[in-house]
Amino acid sequence: MSAYNFAYLDEQTKRMIRRAILKGLAIPGYQVPFASREMPMPYGWGTGGVQVSAAVLTPEDTFKVIDQGSDDTTNAVSIRTFFERTAGVETTTTTSDASVIQTRHRIPEEPLQEGQILVYQVPIPEPLRFLEPRESETRKMHSLEEYGLMHVKLYEDISCHGHIATAYAYPVKVEGRYVMDPSPIPKFDNPKLGDMAAIQLFGAGREQRIYALPPYTEVVSLDFEDHPFEASKAEHACSLCGAEDSYLDEVIIDDAGGRMFVCSDSDYCESRQAAGHKGKDAA
Amino acid sequence: MYVAVKGGERAIENAHAWLAEERRGDTDIAELSIAQIREQLSLAVNRVMAEGSLFDPDLAALAIKQARGDLIEAIFLIRAYRTTLPRFGTSTPVDTGAMACDRRISATFKDLPGGQVLGPTFDYTHRLLDFKLAADGEVPEAPARDAVPGDVPHVTDFLNREGLIEEAPHDDTPPPDLTREPLEMPADRALRLQALTRADEGFTLGLAYSTQRGYARNHAFVGELRIGSVPVEMEIPELGFAIEVGEVVLTECETVNQFKGSKTEPPQFTRGYGLVFGQTERKAISMALVDRALRWEELGEDNVGAPAQDAEFVLYHADNIQATGFLEHIKLPHYVDFQSELELVRKLRREAGADQVQEAAE
Repeated sequence: MSAYNFAYLDEQTKRMIRRAILKGLAIPGYQVPFASREMPMPYGWGTGGVQVSAAVLTPEDTFKVIDQGSDDTTNAVSIRTFFERTAGVETTTTTSDASVIQTRHRIPEEPLQEGQILVYQVPIPEPLRFLEPRESETRKMHSLEEYGLMHVKLYEDISCHGHIATAYAYPVKVEGRYVMDPSPIPKFDNPKLGDMAAIQLFGAGREQRIYALPPYTEVVSLDFEDHPFEASKAEHACSLCGAEDSYLDEVIIDDAGGRMFVCSDSDYCESRQAAGHKGKDAA
Repeated sequence: MYVAVKGGERAIENAHAWLAEERRGDTDIAELSIAQIREQLSLAVNRVMAEGSLFDPDLAALAIKQARGDLIEAIFLIRAYRTTLPRFGTSTPVDTGAMACDRRISATFKDLPGGQVLGPTFDYTHRLLDFKLAADGEVPEAPARDAVPGDVPHVTDFLNREGLIEEAPHDDTPPPDLTREPLEMPADRALRLQALTRADEGFTLGLAYSTQRGYARNHAFVGELRIGSVPVEMEIPELGFAIEVGEVVLTECETVNQFKGSKTEPPQFTRGYGLVFGQTERKAISMALVDRALRWEELGEDNVGAPAQDAEFVLYHADNIQATGFLEHIKLPHYVDFQSELELVRKLRREAGADQVQEAAE
């Protein structure tokens, strides 16, 4: 791959992306437009995250990629291989060993540390998009802090269903100012967004937006006093490692609808098993 | 016993190996060469160059071969390649009036200076399958004559002399660059045209067709359609003047549209414009119609709420590489999101008493 620059993108492009990242860090939760490039993988498959990772990676970094919490899902494998080939950086599946973690749809269970960077792949960065399809309108709403529509939507959910009917990509408010889409993480992960020691960067390639949360930022999931936000998960323990505090995937194991629940964070589950923790179906 | 899913890496490698084998097909059949694709599937090559935004017939042919003939996949390969190319500079604007035309027709005048030149068109062929072609593709040489010397003037200039068509004032403002700046609304006409020239042909055709059927009808005449090659010139700072660096083939379409006048504009003909790489006339005509529909605001027309009038709708959905990527990403695993939805639906059903209803039915 010597025909390409370190981490694929040319230095000018990286500089442009870094400027957008810095602006994003300076205005937490604000969506910074950036001139997203065509990447050698399709839009919608993590091009935003890949461009942000390419812009922050240095040769000394150790890189981890997860999709749905796992290092072994096909697209995580594909993105990890891409950076192995184009940047030659060391890769890992161990959360604590990674300096840059690119993720799709999850925040690792193990708390992140100072010095780590978590890069999110974002499909639709605009939290107001499904309430107002026009970009020109939603940008205006953000600048005027006009979030009434979002509260009305959440209120309507409660009046119709008794609950806020959003289970993932649950909107948050950052430092009391911008309403932000945390990417399609389950709302179980929302409490980890705030006060995190690591830098959180969000890249939306097709929509050409970058936004960011600097370390220890205040992030509040939207709710009402009488209907407080609740992080939910399947009410089980992991069948393999016995964890009761991790987000679980439901796996169908036979034709009769039998199922089991296992950690979606594969590194967390494996390291717990290695430390001797056992779930009810552990081998 | 369930074991966490592993082996994505090997599955991917094997899938790629199988794909390569399928691409080659039956090895008893001769392999396609890049030159064969470039010469004999030239309209596919043109589409890939136009929507890939890179004029290079050999690379486009290679992309088509690699993509097994899937043109959107080929366009994607070209786009991903072009974005890595260093940019040495910008050419001076090409002069389509100096085009060496292979084809030049006007639907608004029977004859005109420069003449009507049909060129290599399907227009008057009878669409009958030519079974002879299945056996023997050799063709007799087509009759030839010398090109008419001199520039070929634009039809719209004739109308302009009478003041019947809106002015298109000369403007030297450098156009914005869609590939270097994020697309932001409102988009001026230069930016809209830039997005449309690389837009998906099918999407543009559908939108243009919708204007003809009444969704923001602007009754377009093809004032002129021309296809041919134009020289590309670049100013070289060390030389202090422009030199020719190559040639590109372009299709240009100027439509003349009916216009009854508005509060701000007198009754006159108005313009729609299409300019696309290669011989791509369906796309160029579609582009001109959509361009005209998008100009409702500057001409003081009513917004009738038609899709083709809505710049955000058109520009944000016209790029087939963005569209296909996002559409197909729903093949990726979503089980984390799905799990959280499962929990929610179960909870809502529990509370709505749906579970009991089902139990009673059982």
